[in-house]
Amino acid sequence: MRRNRAENDASHTRLTRRAALLGGAQLLFMGGLAARMRYLQVDQADQFRLLAEENRINIRLIPPARGEIFDRNGIRLAQNVPSYRIVMVREDAGDVDMVMDRLAAIITLDPEARERVVAEIKRSAPFLPVTIVDDVSWDDVSRVSVNAPALPGITPEVGLTRVYPRGPDFAHVVGRVGRVSQADLDALEDPDQVLRIPRFQIGKINVEAREEGLLRGTAGTKQVEVNATGRVMRELARREGESGKDLQLTVDAKLQSYVQARLTGESAAVVMIDCQNGDLVSLASAPSYDPNLFIGGISSKDYNPLLNSIYRPLVNKTVQGTYPPGSTFKMMTAMAALEAGLIGPDETVYCPGHLDVAGRRFHCWKRAGHGWVDLETSLKQSCDVYYYDLALKVGIENISAMANSFGLGIKHELALSSVAAGLTPTKAWKKANRGADWVIGDTVNSSIGQGFMLASPLQLAVMTARIASGREIIPRLIKSVDGVETDNAEIPLLSMNDNNLRKMRRAMYEVVNDRRGTAYRSRIIAEDMRMAGKTGTSQVRNITTAERARGVTSNNDLPWERRDHALFVSFAPYDNPRFAVSVLVEHGGGGSTAAAPIARDVLLQALAGGDPPLEAYPAGDRDRIQEQQEKLRALQPQAALDGKDQA
Amino acid sequence: MSYLEYTVKSVPVGLRKIFFLNWPLALLLASVCGIGFLMLYSVAGGSFTPWAEPQMKRFALGFVLMIAVAFVPIWLWRNLSGLAYGGSVVLLIAVELVGDSRKGSQRWIDLGFMDLQPSELMKITLVMFLAAYYDWLPAKKVSRPFWVFLPVVIIFLPTALVLKQPDLGTSILLLAAGGGLMFLAGVHWAYFTAVLAAGIGLITAVFQSRGTTWQLINDYQYRRIDTFLDPSAEPLGAGYHITQSKIALGSGGWTGRGFMQGTQSRLNFLPEKHTDFIFTTLAEEFGFIGGMSLLGLYALIILFCVATAVLNKDRFSSLLTLGIALNFFLFFAVNMSMVMGMAPVVGVPLPLVSYGGSAMLVLLLAFGLVQSAHIHRPR
Repeated sequence: MRRNRAENDASHTRLTRRAALLGGAQLLFMGGLAARMRYLQVDQADQFRLLAEENRINIRLIPPARGEIFDRNGIRLAQNVPSYRIVMVREDAGDVDMVMDRLAAIITLDPEARERVVAEIKRSAPFLPVTIVDDVSWDDVSRVSVNAPALPGITPEVGLTRVYPRGPDFAHVVGRVGRVSQADLDALEDPDQVLRIPRFQIGKINVEAREEGLLRGTAGTKQVEVNATGRVMRELARREGESGKDLQLTVDAKLQSYVQARLTGESAAVVMIDCQNGDLVSLASAPSYDPNLFIGGISSKDYNPLLNSIYRPLVNKTVQGTYPPGSTFKMMTAMAALEAGLIGPDETVYCPGHLDVAGRRFHCWKRAGHGWVDLETSLKQSCDVYYYDLALKVGIENISAMANSFGLGIKHELALSSVAAGLTPTKAWKKANRGADWVIGDTVNSSIGQGFMLASPLQLAVMTARIASGREIIPRLIKSVDGVETDNAEIPLLSMNDNNLRKMRRAMYEVVNDRRGTAYRSRIIAEDMRMAGKTGTSQVRNITTAERARGVTSNNDLPWERRDHALFVSFAPYDNPRFAVSVLVEHGGGGSTAAAPIARDVLLQALAGGDPPLEAYPAGDRDRIQEQQEKLRALQPQAALDGKDQA
Repeated sequence: MSYLEYTVKSVPVGLRKIFFLNWPLALLLASVCGIGFLMLYSVAGGSFTPWAEPQMKRFALGFVLMIAVAFVPIWLWRNLSGLAYGGSVVLLIAVELVGDSRKGSQRWIDLGFMDLQPSELMKITLVMFLAAYYDWLPAKKVSRPFWVFLPVVIIFLPTALVLKQPDLGTSILLLAAGGGLMFLAGVHWAYFTAVLAAGIGLITAVFQSRGTTWQLINDYQYRRIDTFLDPSAEPLGAGYHITQSKIALGSGGWTGRGFMQGTQSRLNFLPEKHTDFIFTTLAEEFGFIGGMSLLGLYALIILFCVATAVLNKDRFSSLLTLGIALNFFLFFAVNMSMVMGMAPVVGVPLPLVSYGGSAMLVLLLAFGLVQSAHIHRPR
């Protein structure tokens, strides 16, 4: 490609000439741009600045109204109420201190808060409104409005805030909202612009948090024209947002309030589930706390007692707390053996009060022993040795698998924060998590719900509902969204021999209704409400030999936090199960004394739809029950009793 | 002039090339990008997310790529021009078939880690290919009808594809850049005069015919042209943006309202405040001085490119550098005219400042070519 040098030079000269021409044209155009910029920004600046100040159009987000939450009967559990606040726009106020002085003369203004607000005003952009006082009364709002001419830049604003009319009763179900924190924003990939609205509230825990997507809604926008003092002159255009969806829970507020009242003074949890469709009709954790305290930010004076209490009011014991299920687990061991065909029709086991396994002695709770026991007796009297024996035959893997199919060791999907999965140990699990081999003693402990076994009251309620119905009940908390019923398909049957399930139910009936049953004292007399159940006591720790030597033999001699947990699971009516309930009383002692009476009261309350007739109770209990009913009525919110807050 | 006539010996090799990079140009580019980060931080309300941080990452990547491209000898790039042009055309066709449709037009291909906009790539590969064409074509043939017709086809093919997406802004840019390169290559004046005359004639004819019996286009098409030319005719549509943009600019005054203190551009009245309308934020917050500084940086970039191009004896290098500079100029000229109310609203971003990965990467790659031309210039 040799070319004539002269020709090359000629073409390069031409290129240079044209490049200069084009470059010159470009510079000329840039000169034009600069002139235009000068015209707009210098010559016409005053006019445009005036336009900007006097007649500026801005787009404001309209925060959506958060969806409200109702109970199964339409009682409001979370609602929005108007709240007033006073805001200042620095740009419009001019002399901030002078305006603040005038404002302080009209309404009460905490000097410390005032200092903080003034600092915030100086820090933020001049045109951004800064809240001076929140939650002001209507009187203050009208006073500010009347004095508006003397208070440039100050405007009262109205917003919505969340209120929980049932207070502590639903803190562990509905949860609560709070101001959007930096942590909330960081947790989201692409935070909605609406979250940046000052004072916007976001769900923090439980249903409020887990169903944030349904409850929040989408922001609308409005274009407004504002004048020099920041006052909105007119609205130019408006695009409505969409308010959040209303949720209806499966919980029965009236029952829930009763249960919370019944648990007063205890550190306890009650879960009641509908045996037919899995609806959670009550989910109570005591003690509870008032979620309304948290909405505007809680003071440390209020917060520290909640945080430090040994009764742990902030913990949702129904789903978050896991406990050794104790003897309530015996149905699982029995079912595993029955399904494996390891229990003959009349087979009995001799209980001498203990069983020696691999050189270690495992005691029955009854030191003297139960003698010859069959399946029904073993459950009725809660004989431990019988289950030790069964477990050795059936093995831990079968027991754990059986427990899983009854919903233990499985995390149930609910719109609640930190739902625990519990634990049904297996050999592989122990190897992986404890780095040790499974020993036969572990199987023995597991057979009576001790050792590694852990379950939440929710899981125990699901287990009981599955035994009672023979169906694979799945707990449900959200009943409907904006009036549309959530998925409520036919529940499949458990793949188990119906006869075996019937045997279990019969044995549980005996536990409560047989004179020698462990829960006989908590029986229900009314024929159509008969209860079946199982007691449980879960050891927090063993009573040491040293303590036994000192004469400590029963729980009552121990300090509260070292006593056993009391458990009771039950369902009623026996012939046609409606509700299953699990009760856990932390450090309550024995299941039969601490937990079973609660289960009976709660079941009767649910079945009767209010205070049950005294005739349902055994004659000897009636006076005491009547007294208790009166006391509890005083503890419940008045609205809960007459159902006035029904929407 | 071709390389074979010069000794390749004096061209730097290996990592030493880094010293022969046109560093002032690289620093100018980096400062423009820096202004972009500041503005993106500001329009997000003083936050690195969602725009400033990803933009900075892309800049880091783009800058490294620019140097990598610069290290590759320019003659290799010349030999690849045809392939690059063909590849871009294929991508443009592909975007028709598999592209992701956003805001009503098909422009993007999802590459997984980023979205690729083939029309951005096309702007550079078209210039590359035309530069290679005129490097190959003997000078005396440049103005012969057949050899003029050929590049016209080369330009019209991608322009038509982009217009079909539809992306009017980019197709005008392609047309202008292609025409500009033909002009630089020395195509005779008469052709340009003829095209201009024909264009003016056609437009006059269309407007003259309005309302007469021989009306050339439909009434609704006239109305579209009206709003295109005069957005204020539609105050709540396209005109709204221009009015607001002018208010924002104008209220900036000499020195502006101060960083992060702009009211107009931050009140969300512009839907593209972080992309096409980012200049309004700069002009409002830093005033006339801020706007002029950016314009000054742009002017320096153009001047540097023209200077290196003129001093470069290699015809491909000169044409390519000038073509890329022209492209760059068209970018900001169209964008600034638009926000200052001198031109209709077409979606063209402010180069290296507006948020957007494709545009920034492609521009930095293009300047990598300019750098390569500079490093490997015949000595």
